[in-house]
Amino acid sequence: MKPFSYERAASPAEAVEAAVARPGARFIAGGTNLLDLMKLGIEAPQHLIDVNRLWLDTIEPTAEGGLRIGALVRNADLAADRRVRRDYAVLARALVSGASGQLRNKATTAGNLMQRTRCPYFYNTDMPCNKRRPGSGCAAIGGLTHNLAVLGVSDACIATHPSDMCVALRALDASVETVGVGGRTRSIPIADFHRLPGDRPDIETALEPGELITAVTLPAPLGGVQLYRKVRERASYAFANVTVALVAREGQMVRLAFGGLAAKPWRVEVAEGGADPDLAADLALAGATPTEDNAYKLPLARRTLKATLAQATEVRS
Amino acid sequence: MTATPRLPVTLSVNGETHVLTLDPRVTLLDALREHLLLTGTKKGCDQGQCGACTVLVNGRRINSCLSLAVMHEGDEISTIEGLGTPEALHPMQAAFVTHDGFQCGYCTPGQILSSLAVIEEIRAGVPSHVTDDLEAPIPLSDQEIRERMSGNLCRCAAYPNIMAAIRDYLGEGA
Repeated sequence: MKPFSYERAASPAEAVEAAVARPGARFIAGGTNLLDLMKLGIEAPQHLIDVNRLWLDTIEPTAEGGLRIGALVRNADLAADRRVRRDYAVLARALVSGASGQLRNKATTAGNLMQRTRCPYFYNTDMPCNKRRPGSGCAAIGGLTHNLAVLGVSDACIATHPSDMCVALRALDASVETVGVGGRTRSIPIADFHRLPGDRPDIETALEPGELITAVTLPAPLGGVQLYRKVRERASYAFANVTVALVAREGQMVRLAFGGLAAKPWRVEVAEGGADPDLAADLALAGATPTEDNAYKLPLARRTLKATLAQATEVRS
Repeated sequence: MTATPRLPVTLSVNGETHVLTLDPRVTLLDALREHLLLTGTKKGCDQGQCGACTVLVNGRRINSCLSLAVMHEGDEISTIEGLGTPEALHPMQAAFVTHDGFQCGYCTPGQILSSLAVIEEIRAGVPSHVTDDLEAPIPLSDQEIRERMSGNLCRCAAYPNIMAAIRDYLGEGA
């Protein structure tokens, strides 16, 4: 790892101030993604601001009947929370389909939102990558693309977002609460939080410099049958090829989001509301630009949706 | 690049307090192995994929390779050295011996700490990918245990014997 200095922040405001004051500073919480990237030389922050002791680790009910999840709630604790298991099962199921028990004990809610792609070319520092080195080019385009994006891609980047949690948050219409410079707080709808690559794939989220995630808020429970289905190349502990987050009620698809297809969770609202998974897949996957190697993702996404909806109908009866 | 100042950190490891002064780049794993000479915790992949470095921090299992030691000020760390001794094995260690739950043994400390944590996680109601009913008590089934042990790789593939050891331990001490 490249040398860096380290400080422990005592309050969110202090953390933001420190981040703004030190160019090249990064927040660190669980560290399960950032430290891996630092060891490989993909990330090289000059200063780390440890935000683990900011007391942002509780899950509280909101006045609107939802839940406010502290940024530092660990993935394992969020999945185990009784209210999440009962009222937001799609979120609990998405969380436990990702990573390993050890990683989920450490990884945080905010850190999961900030996860970076596992594109093999992003990880290979000998190769050009517009995310890692803006303007250097994209080695993935024309390269090995079997697990890269089929929707929302650009000429600069075809990476996918690796998170399972975020796909469920997208289906649930979560909001990301932040504090920024001067103590300014804001709430960013999850739909706007992750960016598609465009010509700046290195800018992955709507966060401004120094802005710190403090919580994720869930609206009141949707009820219904909530499922998360993940297709991957091993039975456990692997990143997705395709995932489906589904909230269904009486055979109708109330909410539908896909993972593994794009640089952000893929949800197309007009595809929702019906009972025909083929029609929903047509609408949700329209405009896809697959390569020869990842074209399988489109029929796989369609079939995974059909299987998930069938399962939801079975659970109901 | 200017030199990075070393930082003090106090760790409690297996009940013993240690005050260390460390470069912030030192991982918890390297602090245990290189600074406290507790080499029972193993470095496999050093990137959170193999689980050989699994330790318990405040009772919860984590990958010690993906955590900086300076982030653990005041934490209680448990390693394989704190579990048992060659003369007085922990019952889980004894079960691994009885059932040949290893061949080369390199992943074994991580497997043993993880298996003890897995049992606690199931009892505490932490769901897994194979939990059918998210609201019912979770069974200590082979399927649950296998899924939860997926973060501990064994390249000798002693998996059936690791399962047998865990089952034996549950039969004895559950």
